[in-house]
Amino acid sequence: MSIRLRVNGTQHDLDVDPEMPLLWALRDLLTLTGTKYGCGQALCGACVVHIDGAAVRSCVTPVRRAEGRDVMTIEGLSPDGSHPLQKAWVELAVPQCGFCQAGQIMTAAALLAKKPKPTDAEIDQSLAGNLCRCGTYTRIRSAVKKAAGLPNE
Amino acid sequence: MSAPNKQDVHIRLSRRSVLEGLGLVAAGLGLEVVLPSRADASPMPMPTSLPEIPANGLRANVFVHVAPDGRVTIVCHRSEMGQGVRSSLPVLIADELGADMAHVKVVQGDGDAAYGDQNTDGSSSVRKIFDDLRYAGATARTMLVAVAAKRWKVSPAECEARDHAVFHKGTQRVLKFGELATDAAKLKVPEKQAVTLRPRSELKHLGKELPLLDGPDIVRGHATFGADISLPFMVTAVIARPPVAGGKVARYDATKTLAVPGVLKVVELPAATKPFLFQPLGGLAVVAEHTWAAMRGRAALDVTWEGGDNATYDSEAYREQLLEVIGKPGKVVRNVGDAEAALAKAAKRVQATYNTPHLAHAPMEPPAAVARVEHGTCEVWATTQNPQAARSEVAKALGMDPSKVMIHVTLLGGGFGRKSKPDYVVEAALLSKAVGKPVRVQWTREDDVRHDYYHSTSAQRLEAGLDASGKVVAWHQRIAFPPIGSTFSDATFAGDGEMGQGILDLPLAIPDIRMENCEARAHTRIGWLRSVANIYHAFAVQSFIDELAHAKGTDPRDTLLEVLGPSRIVTPKDLGVAKVPNYGQSLDEHPVDTTRLRRVIERVTGLARWDERKQQGRALGLAAHRSFLTYVAVVVSVVKDANEHIRVDEAWIVADAGTIVNMERVRAQMEGAVVFGLSLGLYGQITMKDGATVESNFRDYRLARIAETPRKIHVDIIPSDGRPGGIGEPGVPPVAPALANAVFALTGTRVRELPLVKTVKV
Repeated sequence: MSIRLRVNGTQHDLDVDPEMPLLWALRDLLTLTGTKYGCGQALCGACVVHIDGAAVRSCVTPVRRAEGRDVMTIEGLSPDGSHPLQKAWVELAVPQCGFCQAGQIMTAAALLAKKPKPTDAEIDQSLAGNLCRCGTYTRIRSAVKKAAGLPNE
Repeated sequence: MSAPNKQDVHIRLSRRSVLEGLGLVAAGLGLEVVLPSRADASPMPMPTSLPEIPANGLRANVFVHVAPDGRVTIVCHRSEMGQGVRSSLPVLIADELGADMAHVKVVQGDGDAAYGDQNTDGSSSVRKIFDDLRYAGATARTMLVAVAAKRWKVSPAECEARDHAVFHKGTQRVLKFGELATDAAKLKVPEKQAVTLRPRSELKHLGKELPLLDGPDIVRGHATFGADISLPFMVTAVIARPPVAGGKVARYDATKTLAVPGVLKVVELPAATKPFLFQPLGGLAVVAEHTWAAMRGRAALDVTWEGGDNATYDSEAYREQLLEVIGKPGKVVRNVGDAEAALAKAAKRVQATYNTPHLAHAPMEPPAAVARVEHGTCEVWATTQNPQAARSEVAKALGMDPSKVMIHVTLLGGGFGRKSKPDYVVEAALLSKAVGKPVRVQWTREDDVRHDYYHSTSAQRLEAGLDASGKVVAWHQRIAFPPIGSTFSDATFAGDGEMGQGILDLPLAIPDIRMENCEARAHTRIGWLRSVANIYHAFAVQSFIDELAHAKGTDPRDTLLEVLGPSRIVTPKDLGVAKVPNYGQSLDEHPVDTTRLRRVIERVTGLARWDERKQQGRALGLAAHRSFLTYVAVVVSVVKDANEHIRVDEAWIVADAGTIVNMERVRAQMEGAVVFGLSLGLYGQITMKDGATVESNFRDYRLARIAETPRKIHVDIIPSDGRPGGIGEPGVPPVAPALANAVFALTGTRVRELPLVKTVKV
């Protein structure tokens, strides 16, 4: 069955099982490997992408749910790494291993699109589903605030 | 770091291609074939064991190459897993060379013995090879300077190398590195004695906040991890492994699996036998066109397992067994005076027992590897901490000479010791051979949690005697945990390595001490996890000293300082041991120095305003520990939230790690260590029933999340020009005992078992 979706502005017709999680369609069929597999059960947030601007966990989202919609992955967040979150992430050297960071950034990007000046509690709540085993959380908080133009205490 | 992509359709395993990848092939050599197509494609460095070295440019050693166009290539031969090695080691080499990092390309080294030890664990990448890497840069510098001096007909002593060029001090004449490289390559590489290291003051990046090399790639989703590798005609395998380590397939029916669209084949892998070493666990591999089909195919498998020797392992029952074991004498590993007699005549005795569970590493990136076996060779891309072991294990499993195996190291999405064990790399190699195509093996999170090399479970019994004045005069400790050695032999006693992590080397100003190593047989695969045995040793010792403070009615910091004793160098004789393993380094260079331990304790309690805690109504806990030759003290502050749950509110960590290469990444490691320590202190626990792991994913193997992280983690690094210590691990051990001590300060409940969630509401 063919599924038509737009990913980072490019239209694709995928001949795919409609139940295949969007994650694997992105990674295995479109070779967009910036989106990560971490748990497969919506527990870690490494796979977060946007569908029509909303953060979704692509590991539990069947590809059919993206039919006719706009999917954005980390590769499409900005053409050149110039999104305020990407810049703040580099400036504050947030990543350690880096594996979870695409999911963290995509989650934060959806937050800032809705709430340009989030409170600390809103940041924590928004990112509650994103694990970082390296423990970069304090810098993640700082980087979200920096990107939002908020003072960091 | 980038990876071969679909454009690299016809990568051949030629010297040309690997040289191209390293950027070591200049135009005009008349060789054919230009590969790969992407300008930044890099992970094909030259296996340095090959005798052919490119003729052009200077290659003074395996780590550094200076091209005639001035570009400097530096190999990072250790694996990047978040500790910042790629942002640190190459800068050290460049500093010695005098290279400008703007013109330096860092490439990742393949697994090859020519680099020396590449196993990226033991927090060893700086502490063990600091001088060797400096010599690598300094040797190249010496050769470039020699050529410049000869051209100018001056003494090399009149020349200096800096800013990617050699300068004649007297006349300010300049020759760029590129202009010297071709002639320098004709010189004989000088012996180490003929190479002088720069004074520290000339290493302009040393100890500074250095840029994060892979940061820009990571935030754009362009960084390449193990599972991101894609090769032409590649298929993906997901494996059903025996639930019990050492178990095997009894029988299976793959009919339903083979009916899943996209599934190509089911391959039975050989069962593992004891000792487990780095063998794959065996089981049934479902090979499919893509990951989703492989996962569905595995779910559809009808398989019956045979459990084997470990099928009755029950970690709760085993916990009771360990408690019995430490009730009886073990092998005495440390003895000073007569602890038994001293306890008998003590005015007061304090006794406590501590337990810690198995833990899983759970790096965010589950194990993954891609292998291509063809034409008598095997080429691998893997997220591995240990590419040389991967190479030898793959060679052994395939019956191939190691020279026919290439291991390319991707970025690691976390390692923590799990990825030192290349069992999953061997799986990929065996499957590629079986199906005749490149194979990617993808571990699911459930696979990762259920088939780990687990951190060991432990029990410790501590008893101290106090005299009438409250001074601690006797210390008796019994320790039992299944040793790492059980993975490699039939060992049932911990080795010196594990006892050397906070037992044999623990400074105590106590006249009578006895420590005993008690027998414990392993019933699963035991491995090393970030900071290893230090975790349970520090938890027991640092909790117990806090208990002694309360028994004595003295301040926990003062008691800790009293028990550790005055500023001094502690010798093996003082410790009552034959030898201090000292993480493989000499006691002359890295003595057990209580001055440094006292300093981090004093510093951290000063920063946390320890003395004002009662007036401020704060509940603080303190712990300090020397590991991997680095001294760390931690203070944790806990509060109760509206639901009476204990939350960690703030943390302070002070480290004396000797000389620092990259201050920024060191700080990051200490921040991360606090969170790692809190995860295992609060929630971390693997339980086993009927030989199989009960937990399966982050739902039941819980890790700290953002809201469970202190709102502030204060890091302070003691300035030092001493010998460098480890960085990646030493921050972890003091965190859990500091947390438990803080919980006691807040609630009066003494936590003697990890994780805390078993005892208190967190």
